[in-house]
Amino acid sequence: MDVIELLRVAWSSIRVHKMRSFLTILGIMIGVACVITMMTVTAGAQHDIDRQMREMGSNLMMVYAGSWRSRGGVRGAAGANAVLTEDDSDAIKREIPEIVAAAPTVRGYAQVVVGNRNWNSSVYGIDEDFLVVRNWGVNEGRLFEPSELSRGSRVALIGSTTATELFGEGQVLGQTIRVQNVQFTVVGLLASKGMAPGSTSFDQDSVVLIPLKTARTRLLGRQGVAGNSVEGIYISVENEEDMLYVEEEIKKLLHTRHRIDPEREAFSVNNMSEWIESRLEQQNTFNSLLSVIAAVSLIVGGIGIMNIMLVSVTERTREIGLRMAVGARNTDIMQQFLVEAIALCTAGGILGILLAIIVSAGSSYLAGWPIYFQWWVLMMAVVFSGVIGIFFGFYPARSAANKDPIEALRTE
Amino acid sequence: MNDIISCENLSKTYVLGDEEVHALDDVSITLARGDYAAVMGPSGSGKSTFMNIVGCLDTPDTGNLWIEGEEVSQMSRNELAGVRNKKIGFVFQQFNLLGRTSALDNVALPLLYAGVKRHERRERAYAALERVGLKDRVGHHPTQLSGGQQQRVAIARALVNEPAILLADEPTGALDTHTGEEIMDIFDDLNQSGLTIVLVTHEYLIAAHAHQMIRFLDGKITGVEQLKAEAA
Ligand SMILES: Nc1ncnc2c1ncn2[C@@H]1O[C@H](COP(=O)(O)OP(=O)(O)OP(=O)(O)O)[C@@H](O)[C@H]1O
Ligand SMILES: [Mg+2]
Repeated sequence: MDVIELLRVAWSSIRVHKMRSFLTILGIMIGVACVITMMTVTAGAQHDIDRQMREMGSNLMMVYAGSWRSRGGVRGAAGANAVLTEDDSDAIKREIPEIVAAAPTVRGYAQVVVGNRNWNSSVYGIDEDFLVVRNWGVNEGRLFEPSELSRGSRVALIGSTTATELFGEGQVLGQTIRVQNVQFTVVGLLASKGMAPGSTSFDQDSVVLIPLKTARTRLLGRQGVAGNSVEGIYISVENEEDMLYVEEEIKKLLHTRHRIDPEREAFSVNNMSEWIESRLEQQNTFNSLLSVIAAVSLIVGGIGIMNIMLVSVTERTREIGLRMAVGARNTDIMQQFLVEAIALCTAGGILGILLAIIVSAGSSYLAGWPIYFQWWVLMMAVVFSGVIGIFFGFYPARSAANKDPIEALRTE
Repeated sequence: MNDIISCENLSKTYVLGDEEVHALDDVSITLARGDYAAVMGPSGSGKSTFMNIVGCLDTPDTGNLWIEGEEVSQMSRNELAGVRNKKIGFVFQQFNLLGRTSALDNVALPLLYAGVKRHERRERAYAALERVGLKDRVGHHPTQLSGGQQQRVAIARALVNEPAILLADEPTGALDTHTGEEIMDIFDDLNQSGLTIVLVTHEYLIAAHAHQMIRFLDGKITGVEQLKAEAA
């Protein structure tokens, strides 16, 4: 039959009972809104993770001495009975071809002073591979010269937060900063990276990078870091699929080099999967709550649709009889009521999308979660509401179609 | 073969508790194309039952019915819907128009189920309304029309698919005498132009418009009388 006509008839019957129709679709609306909000927030989190992953460095891994598990998942200083060295880093780079770069680092936390201003920053001793692994560069100035790295010059690259805290809006390049009473010349201002993945307090831009050799001889040597030992090695793997394999290779290599029983797990290799999990966990509670609300509202909403359609069929029994008398077949009547149910539910779905946009934006604002609307989710929501309409509209539509024309015409 | 309605031993029985009501009891009658018949009889004598069965709205328990030579008593629900749509125009005592729907759309309804395109539906509905003298009321809703006008809309609806038979069950029953006469004038015109008409009425003055009178009593036809020199 004529689709436009079907829609017109459906609309005129919905229009007559505006309030009733609205209350009927409320359940569908809430259910759809929950589903969309859920998917939007989850997609937002995923996008955020992807972006932060890219900024952390591509296919990044960190190697530490000591067992991860024995530390209860808290990153600590080098393990007690095994110490990583620059030689380990060189060996890893040499022996494992899947690796793009390996950057040995030492790290500390120190007060940085300029004139009468001071600021607590992370201080990293790095080599030329570090910025490659971390996908990092300078906004102003330059990177370290190879000679500065090998001589252990007192030069520094500083992060944007540290720069702002120490210099305000003023000139940064060429200035002198003091770290534990050692003077450094700032040669570059690092590009901004924001908060560390999975953290709202660890500011990656509150940082001072200095040559590894300088760090060891002038600063950290006093903290008991001896020889050419390093705290950790940052590694960048060429292909993501190789990550697990490389992880095993690194452990094998290190245990062999240090002649340690592999069972002891003296070294740990950490990729980003843990914080991804913790990041997604945040949403999981929210999502399971929304799933329950969505399921309940969609079922209750569907039953509401069924109920109101049955009422509508009863109210319009005479109309059904008349339509049959002038030649409507069972299928025509069936279609008419199905289209009405579908139209109601689809309207509910569309209103649900609008509600979802408000709720997502609200929860994003309140919880600080990023959101990401996907077109296919919105399309699916509309289609899905239509399907609910078919499912719950079927029984009422069939009962309308099966009416006897004479009896239907006789009803008051 | 000029028989348009042919009934053979039609029976319909309702069972209420342990009482059987023979609403239609072995009714046989044949009407020819162009006939104009009035059905009369006391209340409960089976007139409406007869009309509904002939109009394919209801089915007999036993017996056969042919419409334009086609046996309909064995048809499925869907086939009957097709016959109602194409061959029969039905006018009810209570008009049975759709509320909140314009006269034009009410009249166009049978065409919707005949699969006629929207544009053509409107044109033909307009023509049908013109035929019953309501072309200046096409946009009115039933509540904005008088009883006589509503019945004329219903007649237009019955005519719009150019049926072979027009059936009317007490078409003037809800109208005053004057308005009833106006409706009957329309029926007379339609019959003049060749349409077969069967109508139920309780009033002799209304029945007098027809050419034949079929008398019902207790579900049986007790007589068929010629009222006028029909072969005019
Ligand atoms: N659905 C039904 N269930 C039970 N009995 C019925 C039903 N329809 C009709 N009847 C009975 O069948 C008989 C014939 O009814 P019908 O409606 O054909 O009478 P009628 O001649 O049209 O009467 P009226 O002039 O009052 O309209 C009546 O006795 C009625 O009670
Ligand atoms: Mg009757």
